[in-house]
Amino acid sequence: MAAAAPSVPPAASARARRAGRHPWLSVVWAAMRTPRGAAGLALASLVVLIAVVGPWVAAKPPDALLTIPYAKPSGQFPLGSDFLGRDVLSRVLNGGWALLLMAAAATAFGIAVGAAAGISAAYLRGRPDSFIMRTVDVILAFPQLVFALLLLSLLGPKLWLIVLAVGLTHAPAVGRVIRSATLDISERDYVKVVELQGMRPVKVMSSEILPNLISPLMVEAGLRLTYSIVIITGLAFLGFGQAPPAANWGLMINENRSGLPLNPWAVIVPAALIALLTIGTNTFADAIARVTIGVERRPEEAVLLDDLTPRQSQ
Amino acid sequence: MTGDHPHRPDAALAPPVGGEVRLDVRDLEIRIGAVGPDVVSGISFEVPAGEVLGLVGESGSGKTTVALALLGHARRGLRISAGEVRLDGTDLLQLPAGDLRAVRGARVAYVPQDPAAALNPTLKVGTQLREALRVHPGVVDDPGSRVLEVMREVRLDPTPEMMRRYPHQLSGGQQQRVGLAMAFCCRPSLIVLDEPTTGLDVSTQRHVLDTVRSLCRSYGVAAVYVSHDIAVVGGLVAEVAVMYAGRIIEIGSTSKVFGEPLHPYTRGLLAAVPSPLRAEVLTGIDGQPPRPGRRGRGCSFAARCGFAISECLARPPEPVIIEGRAVRCIRAAEIRSAHTPRPAVLSGPAVGAPAAALSVRAVSARYGRAAVLSGIELDVPPESCVAVVGESGSGKTTLARCIVGLHSNWTGEITFDGARLIPGVRGRPREVLRRVQYIFQNPYTSLNPRKTVGQIVAQPLEQLLGLPYRERSARAARVLEDVSLGDDFAGRYPDQLSGGERQRVAIARALVVEPDLLVCDEVTSALDVSVQAVIVEELRRLQRERHLAMIFITHNLALVRSIAQTAVVLRDGAVVESGPVEQILERPADPYTVRLMADVPKLAVPGQAREAGGAAAGAAAP
Repeated sequence: MAAAAPSVPPAASARARRAGRHPWLSVVWAAMRTPRGAAGLALASLVVLIAVVGPWVAAKPPDALLTIPYAKPSGQFPLGSDFLGRDVLSRVLNGGWALLLMAAAATAFGIAVGAAAGISAAYLRGRPDSFIMRTVDVILAFPQLVFALLLLSLLGPKLWLIVLAVGLTHAPAVGRVIRSATLDISERDYVKVVELQGMRPVKVMSSEILPNLISPLMVEAGLRLTYSIVIITGLAFLGFGQAPPAANWGLMINENRSGLPLNPWAVIVPAALIALLTIGTNTFADAIARVTIGVERRPEEAVLLDDLTPRQSQ
Repeated sequence: MTGDHPHRPDAALAPPVGGEVRLDVRDLEIRIGAVGPDVVSGISFEVPAGEVLGLVGESGSGKTTVALALLGHARRGLRISAGEVRLDGTDLLQLPAGDLRAVRGARVAYVPQDPAAALNPTLKVGTQLREALRVHPGVVDDPGSRVLEVMREVRLDPTPEMMRRYPHQLSGGQQQRVGLAMAFCCRPSLIVLDEPTTGLDVSTQRHVLDTVRSLCRSYGVAAVYVSHDIAVVGGLVAEVAVMYAGRIIEIGSTSKVFGEPLHPYTRGLLAAVPSPLRAEVLTGIDGQPPRPGRRGRGCSFAARCGFAISECLARPPEPVIIEGRAVRCIRAAEIRSAHTPRPAVLSGPAVGAPAAALSVRAVSARYGRAAVLSGIELDVPPESCVAVVGESGSGKTTLARCIVGLHSNWTGEITFDGARLIPGVRGRPREVLRRVQYIFQNPYTSLNPRKTVGQIVAQPLEQLLGLPYRERSARAARVLEDVSLGDDFAGRYPDQLSGGERQRVAIARALVVEPDLLVCDEVTSALDVSVQAVIVEELRRLQRERHLAMIFITHNLALVRSIAQTAVVLRDGAVVESGPVEQILERPADPYTVRLMADVPKLAVPGQAREAGGAAAGAAAP
C-alpha cells in the first residue's frame, strides 16, 4: 500500500493528521469521549493497571506459606490468607497479568482468523463461501467452553493451546459478522473500480475492503475480549490453566471457595476484579459500537450529514 | 382544533378558492442546539389559498429544514428559535404538542421525497389510506367513501383490486400518488411537498405535478413545493423563493425571478440549467456554499459572486423590493441594468473519422433470467461523444457495464479499436483495461473513504502501468491539476470533499492512465445543477484536449445537447432511435423520443432566463 504521496505539502498532511485520521485510533478516540466509553475504559484500565503493576508492588511472595489458612484480614495481611495460608493481596496482585495476556492473545488470534475467513467467504462467494460457512456452522454447534475443553482434553492443558483453543472458538462468530459486513462493502463502487484496474482478489480484500471493516472489527474485538476473559478464567477455575502453585484469579476462586465463611475476601476480590474487567471492556465495546453506527453522533454533525446526503435520482 | 375552520371548502367540489393568505411565515429562524449558529434565518413568505410556492435551493441550502418547520418540526439537534408559522391565522409554533399533533396530517400534510420509504410495506393501499383518516376522526364524514374519492382525485383507479395491493406492487409513480392521496385525504389547508418527484421518470414526474397543481386549485389548498430542480419548479408554480446558505435570497413571481433574475446566485443557477433547445456552454458556479456557523458577517454568496464589492462583506444584505420581488443583494438595482451577453453557442458536431473506436454489435444482456438488453447496435467514432439516453430501467447502465466488463452475462460482439472484447473484466488484457475507463454515477460511493485523494488517483498507475512510487505521485499531481483540483487535495480524504470535488477526483482517476475511451455513467445525476454544469464543461474540455472517445450516459435529454454529437435513445433494452443530436432533439422520429422531449420540464421563460443567466455567468467566471 502506497503511503501518502510525497507531493503532499506538509500543511495538508498535518491537517489530515490533526483530524485524528488514523482510522483505528479515531474510532477509539471518539468512543472515549462519550460518557459510556469513558466509564468503560476507566473500569477496564483500573483492573489492567492492578494486573500489570501488581507483581512489582506486591509486598510478599505470592506462593510463600506465611500464616494459618483462611486468616481474617489484619494489618499484616490486608485481605487475609488463603487455604494454604498465603497472602491473598499478593496473590491477587500477581494473578492477573497472565490472564490478561492470554485473553488478549486469544482475542487477537480469534479476530484474525475470523476476519480472514469472513472476508474471503463474502468476497470470493461460491465454493469458498460454502466451505467456510459450513465449517463455521459446525464449530458454532458446540458451546464455546465445551469446544475449548474438548480441544484441551484431547491435546493436554498447555497455556499456548488454551490461547489457540479460545481464539478458535471466537473465529466462527467473528467470521459471520465480518462476512455480512463484507457482503455490503464488496458491492460498493470503489471495489468495482479496483476490479476494473485488474487488482488481484487478495489485494482487493486486504487494501480496499479491510480498512472499511474497522468499525465492526473494533466492536467485535471489544466483545470477544470480554468473552475471552470469562472463558479463560472459567477454564482456570476448572483446573485448565496455570498449574496450582501459580497465582491466578480464576484458580483462586476455585481453591478458596470452601473457606468462604472464614475469609470471603480470598474469593470476592478476584471475582470482583474479573467482573469489573468484563463490565469495563463490554461497556467500552458498546461505546465503540454506538459511535460507529452513529447513535452518539454530535447533533451538529447529524444535521450537516443529513443535509449533505447525496440525493437519489436516476 | 380541527373543527371550525372558516376557509376550508365544505363540499368536495367547492369552487376554486383563491386570494386570502393561507400560510404566513414570518422571520423564521432555526438554530443548531441551544446556542449554536443558525441553519436558516430571516425566512418570510406568504402562500395564498390555491397557490403553490416553489422553494428552490441546492443541497445544504436549508430548504428541507424550512419545509419541516412548516409542520412545527425540527430535526434532531435543531431548534426553531424565532419566528412564526401562521396557518389561517394560528401560529403553529405556539401550539402545545397535543394540538400540533392534531394539526399535522389533518390541516398540514407532508409528502416526503421517497414514496417507497414513506409507505408502510406491510399495509395494503386501502388500509394505509383509511389509517390516515382514522388518526383524525371527525375530519371527514364518511371515511370509506372519502378514500375512494381521494383515489380518484390523484388519478388512481379505486378498484378493489388496487386497494388490496401492497406498496411494492405499485410503480414509483403510483406509490407517489398514494403518498399524495394520504396527504390530501383529510382535506388539509397546507401541503408541504419535499422533492416529491425526484427519482421519478420525466413522464411520471409531469403527471404527478399536474395532479398536485389541479388539486391545489380546486380545493384552495396552499402548497409549498421544495425542489432542487429549477426546471420542474419553473413549470409548476406561480411564486418561487430561491434559498442560499439558509436565507431566501430572491422571492417573487416565477416569471420575474426566473425570467429576469436579479440576485447573482439565481442568475448563476439559471445559467447552469442545460437546455434541450440549443447547444450551449454550460456555466456553473465555482466554489461551494458556506456551512452553518461559517457564513461570516456579510453576504454568504460574496465569496462566489462576480459582482461582489467590499461592502457586500460588511453586513448581511436586507431584502430590497424591486419590481414586486424581494432580493437580498445590495447591488440588485445595478445588476438589473448590467449588460447581459448570451451564452456561447457551440459549433456543430465535430466530424469524427469514419472508423469507430468502439462498436457494439447485436449485444443482448441478461440478469439471471431477465433479459435487460436486446440487439444493441452502437458506434463510437474516435474523439467524439455519444450520448446514451433513456429512462430508468431502459438498460443504459447495463450497456455501460457490458462495455467495461463489469457485467459479463452478454452475447454479441463489442470491438474496441479493432479487437474483440471478452465479456468479463478478469480475462481482459491490461492494455484494454487501461484504454477503456469507466466513471461511476455516484461519487459518494465510488471513492474509498479510507484512502487519500492522492492514493486514489495514483492507484491505477500502480495497477495498470506498474509505475514506481515517485512517478505515480508526480503524475497524480499533474492530473489533479488538470481537473482543477489544487495540490493540497492529494492529502485529503473523500469525506472532506464536496460532491463536485469528489466527481473530479473520479474523473482524474480515470484520466491518469491516459485512456482512449471514457464511459461516463450518469456522472452528474448525484450533483447539484450548478456543479453539474461545471463538471460537464470540464468533461467536454478534457475530451477535446485529450482526444478522447466518450460514451455519456444520461436520463437528462437537456444535457445531451451540451456535450454529445451523436445520441442513442434506449427503451426497455432496445435502441429506438439513433443519430446526430440535432436530429434527435429537433426532429425526433420515434414516438417514444417525441414523448421524452415533450416531458422534459422547461423553464417558464427559457429565452429570457438564458440571456439573464449568461450575465452572472460571465461575471462570476474567475
